[in-house]
Amino acid sequence: MAELLFWPAFLAYSEAVLAYAGNVRTPGLAGRLATWGVRLGWLAQTGLLAVQAVRADGFPWSTWAGSLNLFVWLVVTAYLIWGCRPRYRLLGLAVMPLAAALFLTSRLGGGTSVGGRPRYSDLFLALHVGLVLAAFAGFTLAAGLAALYLWQERGLKRRRASVLRVRAPALATLETLTGRTIAVALPALTLGIVVGLVRLREEGGGFDALMAVTLLTWLVYGAYLLLRYELGWRGRRTAYLALVGFLLVITVRLGLPLTHFS
Amino acid sequence: MGLVLVGLSHHVAPVELRERVALDPERAGALAAALGEGRAEAVCLSTCNRTELYVAAEDATGAESRAVEALRELAAEAAAELGAVVYRLHDEAAALHLFRVAAGLDSMVPGEGEILGQVRSAFEVGSTGPVLDRLFRQALHVGKKVRSETAIAESPASVSSAAAALAQQVFGALDGREVLLIGAGKTGELAARSLASRGARIAAVASRTPERARAVAERFGAQAITLDEVSRQLVTVDVLVSATGAPGLVVSAGQVAGALARRRGRPLFAIDIAVPRDLDPAIHDLEGCYLYDIDDLEAVVAESLSGRRREAARAETLALEEAERFREWRSSREVVPAIASLRARAEEIRRSELARADARLERLTDNERRAVESVTAQIVAKLLHLPTVRVKQAAATPAGAVYVDALEHLFGLGEEER
Repeated sequence: MAELLFWPAFLAYSEAVLAYAGNVRTPGLAGRLATWGVRLGWLAQTGLLAVQAVRADGFPWSTWAGSLNLFVWLVVTAYLIWGCRPRYRLLGLAVMPLAAALFLTSRLGGGTSVGGRPRYSDLFLALHVGLVLAAFAGFTLAAGLAALYLWQERGLKRRRASVLRVRAPALATLETLTGRTIAVALPALTLGIVVGLVRLREEGGGFDALMAVTLLTWLVYGAYLLLRYELGWRGRRTAYLALVGFLLVITVRLGLPLTHFS
Repeated sequence: MGLVLVGLSHHVAPVELRERVALDPERAGALAAALGEGRAEAVCLSTCNRTELYVAAEDATGAESRAVEALRELAAEAAAELGAVVYRLHDEAAALHLFRVAAGLDSMVPGEGEILGQVRSAFEVGSTGPVLDRLFRQALHVGKKVRSETAIAESPASVSSAAAALAQQVFGALDGREVLLIGAGKTGELAARSLASRGARIAAVASRTPERARAVAERFGAQAITLDEVSRQLVTVDVLVSATGAPGLVVSAGQVAGALARRRGRPLFAIDIAVPRDLDPAIHDLEGCYLYDIDDLEAVVAESLSGRRREAARAETLALEEAERFREWRSSREVVPAIASLRARAEEIRRSELARADARLERLTDNERRAVESVTAQIVAKLLHLPTVRVKQAAATPAGAVYVDALEHLFGLGEEER
């Protein structure tokens, strides 16, 4: 059943990627097809996760590939909140290829199958993994928004005559959404880290490099919020900061198999 | 019923001739009423670019002559010039033309939005019946469809609208955004008006001449200030529009840089439509500042117009599809009398047969009688349903007339009772 649900979800996401690319060239129908691809793919992946949850003996996404599956779902969920609007279709072009690629990677790593027994307790995994992944999904979306901001801002700075041709959100909107997304994601990361540290203390585990990078990620996004909302930083500087934070998110995700799943 | 279009437009007629035959809504309504006398229908569409008379009548040739004569009367002593410029289109060609007009495909600026309102106004004061009512409703539908399904009307077509669209690209909705206008001339006022029409508030107007600044400021409900006070305003405003006749720079990059420190990172969008330029080009290099001069804006407009022309190809396809739909509708109308006769004949037979059987049915209760009525009516309706659908479908094809003839022949429609 899980295998049967992977392919519709993956094909729908792939269709969305192609349609988003087509929408840049000819806006309209391609954009609507892309949005429906994301919606249908998300529904199929939700079904896949539900089947995994029902059939698993414990928290079903405790492996690296499994957590990638959940991560993709969270990214697409976050994107769907405002990605359906025509002006945000360019964001889809940034987010959906990543989602489709990670989803395929998850499958190749066995993250979309059912069964398996986690090493840790359900509650710990649900809180720690769920919160950290939700935060990372938010940061991924924020990075997409920041990248779109920089692209749009560059067009305006270079006075590209075609700057109005492609429908994109206004700079102020992109900046506000980036800030809000990070403001929602950072508390989730904070809680996730706290749960992880509590468990670390209880079990007497060691503090590894990946944990240090995660804390650094927290600091970067904390600095983002402080600089933006308290010190009035705006524009390119905050967008670059959001991208720096995302690089750390990628580092943590790639480093997970080395420290947590070895 | 034939459909005729007689008219002239900016493609073929000079403005001197167009202004002679131009009609205000009241006169357009009166002329439509005159042309629509009897069983005819008429709508007069008159804008600065065109005057077109749409007439639907049984006698299409006569209707066309009357429409041409009406234009000649409007042109008065320039009537002789009409011969070379008046176009006459019939039936589907006339419908396609109106759909293209409503879509903005026949306008000077492809996709311009004003024409759709003008088509609606002409329709409202027209003397319409089934044909023109359908034609104009469909034209309005085409106009909306083209603008929603293509990007033909999305990009700006003038310098002032390009400036406003760029400001929206920075700030999003302009509601509540504050504008500082430097210069009290027409050009600057036009750009400010374009911003105001999108929700921006003209906060202050600065000019070397205080009286002129006050006059313009009053029109916008803004504050009139001197050029010395501009630096203070730069701290609070979101958009700066400058269009003075000053020989040198009016606002330096240093002034803007000084204001930026107190703006807490809020962007500033500056529009310089003066020649020579008023705003220091170095303003554009400052973080969060975007400066567009007249050349930049004209480049955006040129790109936008070429984009509109690209979208026009898609819009043409939509207009063609709708014209085909209109043709099918008109064809199906031609079989309506035959279908109506067929149904009337069937109903007549049903009623007469029930009347003949009346003596045998007199013992039935009221409920049973109603059941017999209902069953016979349903039999007739079901028997005629498929032939009706098939004839309507065939009406849109060249075989439509054959079907109508066959129907009339087989059922003896139009023949007297023997």
